[in-house]
Amino acid sequence: MAENEEEIYQDHVLDHYEDPYHRGHCEQATHSHEGNNPLCGDVISVELRVDPAGKIVEAWFEGEGCCISQAAASMLMEKVEGKCVEEVKAFSAEDMLKLFGPRLTPNRQKCCLLSWRVMQSAFHSPIQDTEGGSRFGGPNLGEEQ
Amino acid sequence: MQPHSPSLLDVQRIKQDFPILQKVPEGRPRLVFLDSAASSQKPQTVIDAMTQCMEQYYANVHRGIYSFSEESTERYELARQTIAQFLNTDTESVIFTAGCTASVNTIARSWGDAEVQRGDLIVATQMEHHANLVPWFQLAQRKEAQVQLVRVTDDGELDWEHWQRCLEQNPKIVAFTAVSNVLGTINPVARMVQAAHRAGAIAVVDAAQAAPHQPLDVRAWDADFVVVSGHKMLGPSGIGILCGKPELLNKMPPFLGGGGMISKVWETGFSCAEGPAKFEAGTPPIVEAIGLAAAANYLTKLGLNAIHEHETKLLIEAHRILSTIEGVRILGPSLERKAGIVSFTLAGIHSHDIAYLMDKQGIAVRAGHHCTMPLHKRFGIAASTRASFYLYNDISDVEALAEGVVSLQSKFRRKRAQ
Repeated sequence: MAENEEEIYQDHVLDHYEDPYHRGHCEQATHSHEGNNPLCGDVISVELRVDPAGKIVEAWFEGEGCCISQAAASMLMEKVEGKCVEEVKAFSAEDMLKLFGPRLTPNRQKCCLLSWRVMQSAFHSPIQDTEGGSRFGGPNLGEEQ
Repeated sequence: MQPHSPSLLDVQRIKQDFPILQKVPEGRPRLVFLDSAASSQKPQTVIDAMTQCMEQYYANVHRGIYSFSEESTERYELARQTIAQFLNTDTESVIFTAGCTASVNTIARSWGDAEVQRGDLIVATQMEHHANLVPWFQLAQRKEAQVQLVRVTDDGELDWEHWQRCLEQNPKIVAFTAVSNVLGTINPVARMVQAAHRAGAIAVVDAAQAAPHQPLDVRAWDADFVVVSGHKMLGPSGIGILCGKPELLNKMPPFLGGGGMISKVWETGFSCAEGPAKFEAGTPPIVEAIGLAAAANYLTKLGLNAIHEHETKLLIEAHRILSTIEGVRILGPSLERKAGIVSFTLAGIHSHDIAYLMDKQGIAVRAGHHCTMPLHKRFGIAASTRASFYLYNDISDVEALAEGVVSLQSKFRRKRAQ
């Protein structure tokens, strides 16, 4: 390995990958969004339950993709729960890369930032209260033909 | 080469022809290059031909009266002849484009816009590269036409019953690949062209993965259009080929307008140049065409049959070793109908992680959907890992691939091992 490269499959990354935090469905989601990485086809959807005061009570993700994209999503869900939406909106891409830990090459930064990007969009995608309760996000942009 | 598997190609000598293969990427123990289906490496003879052009006689073509322009023009047109011979077609049917994608778009924009009408059907296949799909979707959008994709079977071959049903609907265009860039499937091109013609359609053949690896006979195929990529056949990037039947090209309107494609321009209009020039608006890829001709000559010298046979040997060995590894699922048909491309998935490990960890071992493989999202969806996967072979690969590269796959399995099996 070159000197400026770091082992990215560190234990805490693999821990999140193999035993993710809140992977699944949020029963009473108020916000949701789905996005993909056109380079590799990775998909992440995020479901949030935000209370009237603007606090993220629950954050869940579902998705398919590489170790980096899935582990990063797990780390992000864990990080944002209990925080205010405004606080998480201010959480920058740089903060996300820092949260992940190991330094990533530009292409793999996209893997790491996928869930962060979807989360930021989710704040602008409130679920309309139709059938009541939860439902899965919008259309998957990557699958439109 | 390898003592246990004699080959018609002297791979050790061939490797010496490729300067980049003498290099080891920074921080890697070696270079095992297995991504030629995405783009091939370049031999010295191609690099030299291009350098020589730029150092010794470069000028714009078809424009100057001075000696450099005359020589550049001559070499550029000689390149067209060389490519025509390489593909076994008429010089007049060879158009240089910016790439294979540009070639397909030219057909869709020129022939397609002129001939396709509302409600018409365009047939393509599920195994097409996006380059041979999206231009047809765009054409269909412009014309309110339909696109139907011939299904692929579980074995990675075209579903011939479905193909038949698609053709019975009298399509205007039938577009398909000669060789799948993911499955490696070798399609029976001549037979398919015949069927398309019987159905009243024109046939467009994507030969991007065929031209670098097997002898091509465009005349025998009898396709209306054949598209080829330059950079996958040892040539430079930025050039592709569009082969069209002269009788069609003559009738087609130009796609891009500009210098070089005109006969006359007056204050209110223009008339077109004849021949390939009509489709070569602007300064063409001069240096690239000269480089591509050098690549074609190099391939011809080694022999496309020998190259194909060599790759088949590597393919057989790759299938043999990889299929013994637990969790490996190889996509594509059985060996006799398969080119030197092995795409696979590995249970529990995403292709991006595979490619990343392989890179650390100096093995370059491709990860992702390889510009074939519908095909991956058909197989119920988002991505796969692809190893593709070329004339500079040998058995040791196949072994390195297999060892790489085995070594990274342990990395993701911590839980299961406990």
